Amino acid sequence: MSIVTVQLGQCGNQIGYEVFNAICNDFHSTHGLCSKKENESYQEACKERFFSEEKTGVPVARAVLVDMEPKVISQTLSIAARSGHWRYDHQSHFCQKQGSGNNWANGYSVHGPRYRDVIMNLVQKEAEKCDRLSGFFTVMSMAGGTGSGMGAFVTQCLRDAFPTSFILNQVIWPYGTGEVIVQNYNSVLTLSHLYQSADALLVHENDAIHKICAQLMNIKKISFRDVNQVIAHQLGSVFQPTYSSEGASQYSRSPLGDLMESLVPHPEFKMLGLRNIPQMSENSLTYSTFTWPGLIKHLRQMLIANAKMEEGIDWQVRPPLPGHPVPPKASPNKALHFNTSIANLVVLRGKDVQSVDLGGFRDPALYTSWLNPQEAFKIWKTPRAFNKYEKSASLVSNSQFLLKLMDNIVGKAWNMFASKAYVHQYTKFGIEEEDFLDCFTTLEQAQTGVGPFVPLKMSY
Amino acid sequence: MVPSTPSLAVGRACVSLTRTAPGTRGAGLSEAWFGVGGASPSPVGGGGAAAGARAPLLTAPGAATMTQSVVVQVGQCGNQIGCRFWDLALREHAAVNKKGIYDEALSSFFRNVDTRNGGGDADIHKGKIFSLKARALLIDMEEGVVNEILQGPLRDVFDSKQLITDVSGSGNNWAVGHKLYGYQYREHIVEKLRRTAEHCDCLQCFFVIHSMGGGTGSGLGTFVLNVLEDEFPEVYRFVTSVYPSGEDDVITSPYNSVLAMKELNEHADCVLPIENESLFSIVSKIHQMTSSGKLGSTVKQNSLLTSSAGSIKTEQEKPFDAMNNIVANLLLNLTSSARFEGSLNMDLNEISMNLVPFPRLHYLVSSLTPLYTLADVNVPSRRLDQMFSDAFSKDHQLIQADPKHSLYLACALLVRGNVQVSDLRRNIERLKPSLHFVSWNQEGWKTGLCSVPPVGHSHSLLALANNTCVKPTFTELKDRFMKLYKKKAHLHHYLRVDGMEQSCFSEAISSLSDLIEEYNQLDATKSAPGTYPSRLKIAM
Ligand SMILES: Nc1nc2c(ncn2[C@@H]2O[C@H](COP(=O)(O)OP(=O)(O)OP(=O)(O)O)[C@@H](O)[C@H]2O)c(=O)[nH]1
Ligand SMILES: Nc1nc2c(ncn2[C@@H]2O[C@H](COP(=O)(O)OP(=O)(O)OP(=O)(O)O)[C@@H](O)[C@H]2O)c(=O)[nH]1
Ligand SMILES: [Mg+2]
Ligand SMILES: [Mg+2]
Repeated sequence: MSIVTVQLGQCGNQIGYEVFNAICNDFHSTHGLCSKKENESYQEACKERFFSEEKTGVPVARAVLVDMEPKVISQTLSIAARSGHWRYDHQSHFCQKQGSGNNWANGYSVHGPRYRDVIMNLVQKEAEKCDRLSGFFTVMSMAGGTGSGMGAFVTQCLRDAFPTSFILNQVIWPYGTGEVIVQNYNSVLTLSHLYQSADALLVHENDAIHKICAQLMNIKKISFRDVNQVIAHQLGSVFQPTYSSEGASQYSRSPLGDLMESLVPHPEFKMLGLRNIPQMSENSLTYSTFTWPGLIKHLRQMLIANAKMEEGIDWQVRPPLPGHPVPPKASPNKALHFNTSIANLVVLRGKDVQSVDLGGFRDPALYTSWLNPQEAFKIWKTPRAFNKYEKSASLVSNSQFLLKLMDNIVGKAWNMFASKAYVHQYTKFGIEEEDFLDCFTTLEQAQTGVGPFVPLKMSY
Repeated sequence: MVPSTPSLAVGRACVSLTRTAPGTRGAGLSEAWFGVGGASPSPVGGGGAAAGARAPLLTAPGAATMTQSVVVQVGQCGNQIGCRFWDLALREHAAVNKKGIYDEALSSFFRNVDTRNGGGDADIHKGKIFSLKARALLIDMEEGVVNEILQGPLRDVFDSKQLITDVSGSGNNWAVGHKLYGYQYREHIVEKLRRTAEHCDCLQCFFVIHSMGGGTGSGLGTFVLNVLEDEFPEVYRFVTSVYPSGEDDVITSPYNSVLAMKELNEHADCVLPIENESLFSIVSKIHQMTSSGKLGSTVKQNSLLTSSAGSIKTEQEKPFDAMNNIVANLLLNLTSSARFEGSLNMDLNEISMNLVPFPRLHYLVSSLTPLYTLADVNVPSRRLDQMFSDAFSKDHQLIQADPKHSLYLACALLVRGNVQVSDLRRNIERLKPSLHFVSWNQEGWKTGLCSVPPVGHSHSLLALANNTCVKPTFTELKDRFMKLYKKKAHLHHYLRVDGMEQSCFSEAISSLSDLIEEYNQLDATKSAPGTYPSRLKIAM
């Protein structure tokens, strides 16, 4: 089945491009280290997922590019075309002359409705090119105006137009000290809307990825391109074909569906984080060897200690002992730093994946009490190595720490909202104070797990 | 997207003209650009490939070009600064646009017109540069300055349809500019603005340039601002205002400035206040550096913030030129991200969105660094970091103000050239501890990365601060106003103008007082302990 990617705004387009590029590079990778037959069916599945074939033979990305200003899109189209390995459809983009000016309200209330028909037409056309459509992957930042505002609007339109398709939103969490001053407002508005229309939100934090570039990749002068390549690598490591169940004879047909089924057991909790191992510069890779037990041990500790990378993990953090629930509120106890999971998915690629022991992820102490580990933990595998890594593991998790991230942003936005700063900029485009309040309410609810659903025992 | 028209073929014919022009000096290219309009080139053919190469990407549905901006320069100061802006804008585009093709970046401030055969007015949207016309309106109520421009090297950039002049000036009287000439010329102004706007397919911004102290720029300039709001409510209004210094030779400048301030408070989206004292001290500083034997020889002449080197203007420099070049560079950097690409674009509409938390607090203090670049091409990151430090120092601000010792409401860093996010992050982290930000905007940073550096530089920075440090400029102005107003000095010159009442003065001064009070209240929060509002509680 195929996935249609919708790239929105500067960030969405710049990352979207890198994702297709990473996938295409992996497609051609000669480090496959598996049988020829295996490699062929992997490539076949990959192609069906992300590219359509054209007469010329150059794969065409299943993507729709949207921005409210022309510079990013024209640049993205031309660098893709220049690569020669793949390109975008010449018809499948939409841009205007002036951006949304970092104003979520402008993107959501003005540009969204104004260009809905054109954009949905492009999406429809792209969807019709797929024999079987698994769903949509939208890529956007939360901080700007177009990706965030238009993105929230387009996600709603997708939900209405394709009620049975899956929608996964890739959202880029802004740097703490932002490039956009109103980023916390825009994020609150985006998150609260996506909570209502997306099936899941996959989160990448710019700060975390930036650190990976500095510490793992050893890049001195880090550009957005470097950051985006790491993100793209991580995404590729999850969405390239895998066998999604033990003994499956075919590559998974419905990657998005499988993902939601594994990781979103309840619609109140739909924020997902991604970690991978190993991640390093090509130079170091040449001189490194890995064992599966080592990789898995690190990956598990990255999860429970909430580390975004293998360097600097706090090995002191342990799951709470049975019968000793995590102590409530501000306790200096180490257990406080323990990151409780709702659900986890581990993706293994490369040599000897069949023999990997993942028992450590089946420990009930890792999970909330309302899901048993059989339901809460899933594995996808393939013997086909990813990119240049002989062995690699990725972890997609639905866990507590993302709620803390959200809490942080909601707190800052609320602090600003109390002084009414910048609110006039939003009322100009039809988003009133009450709309803000509604969004704050939605997110406060999402965090406490109030609503139809209270059994969650999480501590803060 | 405009389809190829027959005129494009003519456009191609001109390629050889620019190709043979000296390729290294910006001046040569600019001359070539202008030469095209006057000369009648013989058709040669070919050379259109560069223009065509991008075409397939942009001809798809929905593809569009960039936005445009229009500059409205009013009064002597406005026109003299404007003149420097156009000159340096041409220099900048010539440095980037080596092929002499009319591209989107150029289209943001310039039209491309075929002036041969009786000066048709039709725009040529693609292909070779014929004759570039500034998207500008030149207004002065005397003829001297504008005439000088029309006789100077920039004459081809403007045409007579873009001018509004009278003969007698406003005599340093705001009322004459605003009330008398305002009403007299309103229709005229509206008509010319509309015509200029019609040449744009997506007009995003008006840049008004004027001084506060005289009569025309101050009075008529702010009248134009009102007209813009009425006629083009959707288009952003950026105002560059030159404030009079304490020793200004215009006696009535405090009146004119305070009367103008009320209009700026109410009708501008953003104001960039400039003080001549600050410009002057930057000019002196650069002069000192470059004439000191050791450094002087290694400084790249065209990199000086005050320099016109490499521009088409070859005549003797006029007294204000060096100072005005600084302001011109401010505008170039401000608009760079709207004209050139970058990994983090900063559109013009993002500036007010990020920097203006409350409608009236839209005064942005600016600083430009570096002041010059050394010819040595190796840029250690220490020097790059110095550029960031300098942008916050007192002596780089374009008004007499010290942002470091006042309160930031928000701050923008617009970086050009070879600078990456990691450089930005490192410097923000480094500088943050030494700056005070208002409690509800502790992380009030907006950043933009434009990949094209200014002429002569490898990188540059424009910092825009919404900071309470503008307050002293305003309180001093208020004091000077009150000194005159208490004695009712010169009032009769104003009150004799039709439509000018005493209440105009009292309303203007109370508008200014209110603004100062808003800054006072924010300053007061600086010493108060940070109290944070309690969060929304969800009832179970
Ligand atoms: N990782 C990553 N983040 C980016 C990139 N470009 C922008 N961002 C982030 O995205 C946010 C800014 O949003 P943009 O995507 O630039 O905004 P936009 O969607 O184009 O919206 P407008 O420009 O306001 O119309 C900031 O948080 C940036 O850190 C990128 O290429 N990679
Ligand atoms: N920076 C700079 N300031 C100038 C320039 N020309 C005049 N000024 C300042 O502007 C103020 C005087 O205003 P002008 O612009 O000359 O006056 P005007 O708008 O032409 O109005 P009238 O002459 O009264 O009709 C004084 O404060 C001057 O110092 C200039 O070219 N550059
Ligand atoms: Mg954008
Ligand atoms: Mg004058």
